[in-house]
Amino acid sequence: MKDLNSVLSSIDISADWIGLREVCENKTFRYIRDMNPQSNTRSSSHGIMVEVLSNGQFGYSATSDISNSGINRAAKSALDNANAGSKNNIFKFDPSVRPKAVGTYSSPFIKKASSLSPGQINEMLLKSNKFLTSNDKVVSASSMAMMVETEFNYVCTNGSNANQKFLILITDQAVNVKDGDVFQTRSMGRMGHQMGMEALDEDVVMANCEKVLSEAIELLSAEECPTGNMDIVIAPSQMVLQIHESIGHALEIDRILGDERNYAGWSFVRLEDFGKLKYGSDIMNVTFDPTVSNEMASYMFDDGGMKASKEYLIKDGTLIRGLGGMESQARSKTPAVANFRASSWNRAPIDRMANLNLEPGDSSFDDMISSVEKGVYVETNKSWSIDDYRNKFQFGTEYGKLIENGKLTKTIKNPNYRGVTTPFWNSLKMVGDESTFEVFGTPNCGKGEPNQVIRVGHATPACLFENIEVFGGV
Amino acid sequence: MENAFKKISNNLFSSLNRDEVLMLSISGENSDFCRFNQSKVRQIGEVLDSRLSLSLINDKRICHGSITLGRDLENDIKLAQNELDRLKLEVTQLPKDPFLVMPSLSDSLSEKNHGDLLDSSHVVDAISPIIKNVDLAGIWASGNIFRGCSNSMGLMHWFETDTFSFDFSLITKEERMVKGTFAGNNWDQLRYESYMENSIEKLKLLERNSVKIEPGNYRTYIAPAGVSDLIDMLSWNGVSESSIQQGQSALIKLKNKDRLSSCFSLEENFSSGFVPRFNGVGEVSPKVLNIIDNGILRNTLISSRTAKEYGVNSNYADDGEYLRSPKMAAGDLDETDILKSLDKGLYLSNLHYLNWSDNLGGRVTGMTRYACFWVENGEFVAPIENMRFDDSIYNFFGQNLESVGSQLEFIPSVGSYSSRSIGGNMCPGILLDSFKLTL
Repeated sequence: MKDLNSVLSSIDISADWIGLREVCENKTFRYIRDMNPQSNTRSSSHGIMVEVLSNGQFGYSATSDISNSGINRAAKSALDNANAGSKNNIFKFDPSVRPKAVGTYSSPFIKKASSLSPGQINEMLLKSNKFLTSNDKVVSASSMAMMVETEFNYVCTNGSNANQKFLILITDQAVNVKDGDVFQTRSMGRMGHQMGMEALDEDVVMANCEKVLSEAIELLSAEECPTGNMDIVIAPSQMVLQIHESIGHALEIDRILGDERNYAGWSFVRLEDFGKLKYGSDIMNVTFDPTVSNEMASYMFDDGGMKASKEYLIKDGTLIRGLGGMESQARSKTPAVANFRASSWNRAPIDRMANLNLEPGDSSFDDMISSVEKGVYVETNKSWSIDDYRNKFQFGTEYGKLIENGKLTKTIKNPNYRGVTTPFWNSLKMVGDESTFEVFGTPNCGKGEPNQVIRVGHATPACLFENIEVFGGV
Repeated sequence: MENAFKKISNNLFSSLNRDEVLMLSISGENSDFCRFNQSKVRQIGEVLDSRLSLSLINDKRICHGSITLGRDLENDIKLAQNELDRLKLEVTQLPKDPFLVMPSLSDSLSEKNHGDLLDSSHVVDAISPIIKNVDLAGIWASGNIFRGCSNSMGLMHWFETDTFSFDFSLITKEERMVKGTFAGNNWDQLRYESYMENSIEKLKLLERNSVKIEPGNYRTYIAPAGVSDLIDMLSWNGVSESSIQQGQSALIKLKNKDRLSSCFSLEENFSSGFVPRFNGVGEVSPKVLNIIDNGILRNTLISSRTAKEYGVNSNYADDGEYLRSPKMAAGDLDETDILKSLDKGLYLSNLHYLNWSDNLGGRVTGMTRYACFWVENGEFVAPIENMRFDDSIYNFFGQNLESVGSQLEFIPSVGSYSSRSIGGNMCPGILLDSFKLTL
């Protein structure tokens, strides 16, 4: 990494604020399918984003030329951009939207990334793949591991000097099975955490393989998911998407302010809804929390320098706060959270989710199942779609069970459900306790123009919703 | 960058051992971006980025790496050499790959489409005046994009293009929207202003009060931009031979015995030159590949790796076996007859957020978006409130496809995940005698 303070002091432009954000990332993807290697790939990315504030407008220049002369050229270009944009800008910012950030952060882990060699990781993946391909109904089986090592350095003319290091592990085991004309898929959902190579612990990986294979075989002879309005118990592996799409994106302040209207869309939430809107039932509590150990989007500072802290967004079912960083706070006059984030050095920060969690309730899994006369239980997201206002959603899942007279009975295939955001969350009847609570993260949240993909975390218990529209496959 | 790529390539190839084969590819851009909200500048900047990818083969083993190039040739050669040294250490630890495809030598291609782009310092002044009285959100993207490919057998391809796009939404006070994309290689201020005036004129159609449509089946016309989104779904567990072989494709039924409508034909067509014909490992695809011909699946997209694994012939698809330059065939529905032929039903300009709701069944769900209307007696009645659809390709490209538009429209790819996209889809509109809305 560069000595950014030294580079900053050499930049010869006149501006109200200058920031340098250097990002170096190594992403290693190892993937075995049907006992053969498909990918052993390390993608490295290294560059610097120079941001400049002039005449109330930020301009940026992102460059892979990280020589001192390259960064100086980028600073001049960022200044030119700021000045050009300031002639017709939507808001006149001042340096207060870039608070001073000083400190360090490092992901918690037990085994460092280099503790397993490429050969050892391939051996582990081959072993899991051998198990997954052991049944003659398996058409295809895959085992993967992705290791992401990222370092951010951030210095600014306001005295900011922050360094954050992340280690993220994403693993998955998946099978496609076939019996006659019936095909089914079962996977672990390709989720990840901030942790080390302990994620590839053999006992954990093989237990996942057993679950995935046995449930896939079950699905081949399963009945189609029933159609109709009924109660649904949603496992954390699907709640992740439910929270992400129908809470997270809807509460992003830049969407509410209209920045995303040409791409991801707007939001049904309006600024005047904060403090008033009954988003869900009284047992719904949602937090923004980048401080949870091991969750994928934990950090100390966002990319605008704001220090991260846990904040309630929805308390006892009422919407109280949105997902907007310091720029959005200045524009909307709503309080900020530290969510102003960029995917890498070559994109400017925007309002994003980080860790967005549904707080546990007081119902055990058995309490929820036993309270349902007729319904379904579903696991692991397979399909997702929601409208540009984040209202009308439809989700499909990999695996389900019928709930009949308070008991889990037959396995069902192709479980889908659809609904509208606030009626759906107001039908939340029971929230699972700590024993049902799981931490997940996904690396693929897309948003912004130019587009960017970012990592987010979601932790949630299982939940029971009443009277939801449920249906099966073709 | 072409010369720099050649020098980096030659340097790396000269340091290989006899048993080693190296494939290289480069991609990069010098892009200006300006994001607008309420017709004013929200964010403005530039991105200079280039990436070198290396694939090293040794003794039936392969590993890959990629690095960012800083555009200082001496230092870039050093970075690339370090990455090659890392790959040399790693490749011997990996399992052998029985479906590894060795690169071959073919004629080298070089294509450069230079344009006349707007200087970054003039973008705000050129774009802003004509939109000052409307509410516009969108993204300006402009600059040079390059791709290259070489291997130690002697192959060297280069593709370079200057492009711009202004992808935007115009929004009424009632929050109804019109979508537009003004794109090309040569900036023409008068053409831009004319395009924008036409787009602003379309807002008038949205002034009427909207109507709420109940879930059900409706006669429907889907305009080319919406059809383009449906075609894109075929690149995701659709036309890929690998996904068919692995039991994940919506076209498995089509490969077996089912047929789509005889009105539906689709080909991979590189004649436009908007995207390079060479794939990620330098293989050159046929200029035209018939995929679906009058409803019958003629070819899937087959990479050389898939060909080797499943014993079929490669048509030099890229690794992901997605459509790179799709062209759907035009039909005989004249543009002036669309509303008359629709008579009573839905006119959908755009779709949004599509996903397979039953991949193997071919069922797709998504939303209507932008200028979508209820039509009666062949005339626009009112805009509709957005609705969710959930229907099958075997219906909308199959039994319910009544006719296909006679005009093809180029829908440019304006995506910019990790880097700016190039190319786009050539599509007509489609008239359906039934389309299923669910929510």
